[in-house]
Amino acid sequence: MEFSLTDPFLWETVIQGLLFGGVLALLSLGLNIIFGVIDVVWICYAELIMLGMYTIYYLYVDFGVPLPFAFAGGILMVAALGAVLHHLVIRPILHTEPINQLLVTGGVLFFLQGLATMLFTVEFRNIGVSFGSIEAGEMFFPVSRIIAFTVSLVAVGVLWLFLKKTYLGTAIRAISQDRDVMPLMGVSPRRIYLVTSALGGGLAGLGACLLVLLYDIHPAIGLTFGPITFMVCVLGGLGNMFGGFIAAFIFAEFIALGGFYAEVEWGYVLAFVFFIVMMFIRPQGILGSRS
Amino acid sequence: MLTLDNVTAGYGTFQALFGVSLEVNAGEAVAVIGPNGAGKTSLLRVISKVIPLNGGHIAMEGQSLDTVSAHRVIELGVAHVPEHRRLFPRLTVEENLRMGAYIKGARGRFEERLDFVYELFPRMKERRHQLAGTMSGGEQQMCAIGRGLMSGPKLLLLDEPSAGLAPVIVQQVFDLVRRIRQEGYTVLIVEQNIQQVLKVVDRAYLLEVGRIKMSGASRDLLENDEVRRAYIGL
Repeated sequence: MEFSLTDPFLWETVIQGLLFGGVLALLSLGLNIIFGVIDVVWICYAELIMLGMYTIYYLYVDFGVPLPFAFAGGILMVAALGAVLHHLVIRPILHTEPINQLLVTGGVLFFLQGLATMLFTVEFRNIGVSFGSIEAGEMFFPVSRIIAFTVSLVAVGVLWLFLKKTYLGTAIRAISQDRDVMPLMGVSPRRIYLVTSALGGGLAGLGACLLVLLYDIHPAIGLTFGPITFMVCVLGGLGNMFGGFIAAFIFAEFIALGGFYAEVEWGYVLAFVFFIVMMFIRPQGILGSRS
Repeated sequence: MLTLDNVTAGYGTFQALFGVSLEVNAGEAVAVIGPNGAGKTSLLRVISKVIPLNGGHIAMEGQSLDTVSAHRVIELGVAHVPEHRRLFPRLTVEENLRMGAYIKGARGRFEERLDFVYELFPRMKERRHQLAGTMSGGEQQMCAIGRGLMSGPKLLLLDEPSAGLAPVIVQQVFDLVRRIRQEGYTVLIVEQNIQQVLKVVDRAYLLEVGRIKMSGASRDLLENDEVRRAYIGL
């Protein structure tokens, strides 16, 4: 294929990559905030998103709940799941070896996947909502992707303001710097961890709202997004939300352009090769400071 | 204002305090002096309930602290400026001060108290957008004390505010303590720098291996032969 900067399909691909990057950025946010604050990696993060997608599906399709309320229900459901996950699974092992946390949340991944297969079967489901496409020049963009991209950017902005401007947000940033001094400020660390887990879950739920517009729902969909979300976070510097944001767009462009010049699978291969190479060059991530 | 009655506390199986009784009256500045490892820090930590109370009673203005959890103590008007300052290094000075005003009862008066702290420490106003971890030790101590004042406490607990600071700065820190007294705060201060601290407080308790060994007006302690020989080196 010839390379030409005036090729509208190339530009369409680049912009598609940008739109996909927005979604990846949002997916990485929740995982990053959990790691940055609680120092735990939720391996089962994408499975929480999957459960959010099913919640939205059943609320909207089976119970006829209007879509915005179904979305709100999905977000609340996953926020609650995040808090429950912390309370039942993370808190008891918070001060043990980090490997335990990886193993146990990995266990939760398979538990949730198995549970979803039993409850919802392996059938692919779709909420059947389509917003069509818009045309710009000779380029076409699905409206659902533009919505997903916009919501991602707004969510990142709102989260930033929350962490920067509110007492609770400041406490969430502070607790990762000195946990033991928090009670002297009148802050209960337990409560902050629980709130942060619900916040991380809520962001996963928001991710679910965007993904149901773009993809079919099935019990293993977490495997499609889990690894890449995790790699986006690691490439950006685990726990660094801004780094994750940049890494999301890098990954998305690899996948989009790889798909443009070859096949979409090659895009993933290239993205992962890039990831592995980067892990040799900068193991702490693009903006990470941890060694 | 604050009463400790036969307080016993420690860390796990290690006992740090053996039946300590002391009292701080409203408007007073009281010091707890003593050598390293005497249990001075543990004393403040048990008042804040950061370490559990194993025996005895603690009361603030007649209200028992015995079963109050650590993050509720500040709501009763006790602010604790911990050993080594313990600022949040990657938050700005102003964000650190905001954390000091975290409790619900303090948020409404945040701006007013921020002005007060900036007036007390103009240096903090200059540095309000600087990350706390990048400041000098003396500045960090100002910020830590300012953070303690942000909740509008009745009683301020100061743990070794002069520790780890250059001699010139140590002098400034004791001047700060004097100014805070003049603002009408009740202060309970723990110090190893005995000669200096006895000049700014009304009374002091001498703590040795977890027990109160001596107490009295600071002038009397300064002139006490045993104190002079053992701790001031005269």
